[in-house]
Amino acid sequence: MPPAELLLLLLLLATVVVVARLHDLFAAAMLTGIVSLLAAGLFVLMDAVDVAFTEAAVGAGISTVLFLGALSLTSRREKHGKGTAVLPFLIVVATGAALIYGTWDMPAYGDPDAVIHHHLAPDLIAETEEKIHIPNIVTAILASFRGYDTLGEVVVIFTAGVGVALLLGGLGLKRRNASGGEEP
Amino acid sequence: MKRPSRVREMPILRVVARALAPVILLFGLYVQFHGDFGPGGGFQAGVIFAAGLIVFALTFGVEALRQVVPVVMTERLMAAGVLLYGAVGVLAMFLGGEFLNYSALDPLTTGHHGQHLGIIVIELGVGIAVAATIMRVYYAFVGRRPDDGGDEGEEGGARTLDAGADAGGGAA
Repeated sequence: MPPAELLLLLLLLATVVVVARLHDLFAAAMLTGIVSLLAAGLFVLMDAVDVAFTEAAVGAGISTVLFLGALSLTSRREKHGKGTAVLPFLIVVATGAALIYGTWDMPAYGDPDAVIHHHLAPDLIAETEEKIHIPNIVTAILASFRGYDTLGEVVVIFTAGVGVALLLGGLGLKRRNASGGEEP
Repeated sequence: MKRPSRVREMPILRVVARALAPVILLFGLYVQFHGDFGPGGGFQAGVIFAAGLIVFALTFGVEALRQVVPVVMTERLMAAGVLLYGAVGVLAMFLGGEFLNYSALDPLTTGHHGQHLGIIVIELGVGIAVAATIMRVYYAFVGRRPDDGGDEGEEGGARTLDAGADAGGGAA
């Protein structure tokens, strides 16, 4: 593994362990943003710039703001649970082990002989320029070849927004009693 | 107003945010309209644009942002973005193509301009929907007060804008 990616992975691992052990929720929220930033750096090194872009904007930016917004409604420190955390720890370790076991079947990172590089990718790389006439193949696939999927994703985002608005309400409630001033 | 929002009294944060927010908004627009050439597109652009507005809100208060982008406007734009995307698909059907087949948008040429046009418009729809949704979610989070957690039935009417601005300021 190249040293830059190894360094980022080690930093990622260290940050995640610290987040899991912290009881200060404010610090944990900030470190979660750093986890996203490190992940975004890894994605850049893996040439997945679009994904890195999204991870940095959503994970490091918006999620942190929303965490802090939620944090301002509750206490800053985590309450200590009564029981020991042995069972959750075992479940997490087992799940992680299962996930790592699953990666054994995956082709090596960057392997040009991997199945996924031989099914649709060559056609898309060869034909996008001629069919869609825009240079960014990722955008061409997302917006045109997979236009249905992207429409579905936008509807999902819209639905999520409507759900949050209905559940939390927030400032939307203010409209109905706009004349009301300070509450008692 | 139990807690003064200290962020708005910190000159460094205020000056930096005032300088950064327009740059972030401009970068969001760049990502939006340059998505066919560089990395990015409607989703990233919408998130970045909303982030720029939230930076503004964190320093100047939610109330200041609400004067620029009212809550009703975010709700309408959420729907407008999705409808814009869908409308492109329906328009393509009316022009003789399949749903979302952008080549039909430009029947005079072999379809290249149609593809380009269609992609730009649907990416715009995605960007509008995403930015508006994030703004709406942000409003929902900062619009709550610590005491109206469980029993919002009675307390629902008591939420004030100041509380929202306070939470937003306190969050930073």
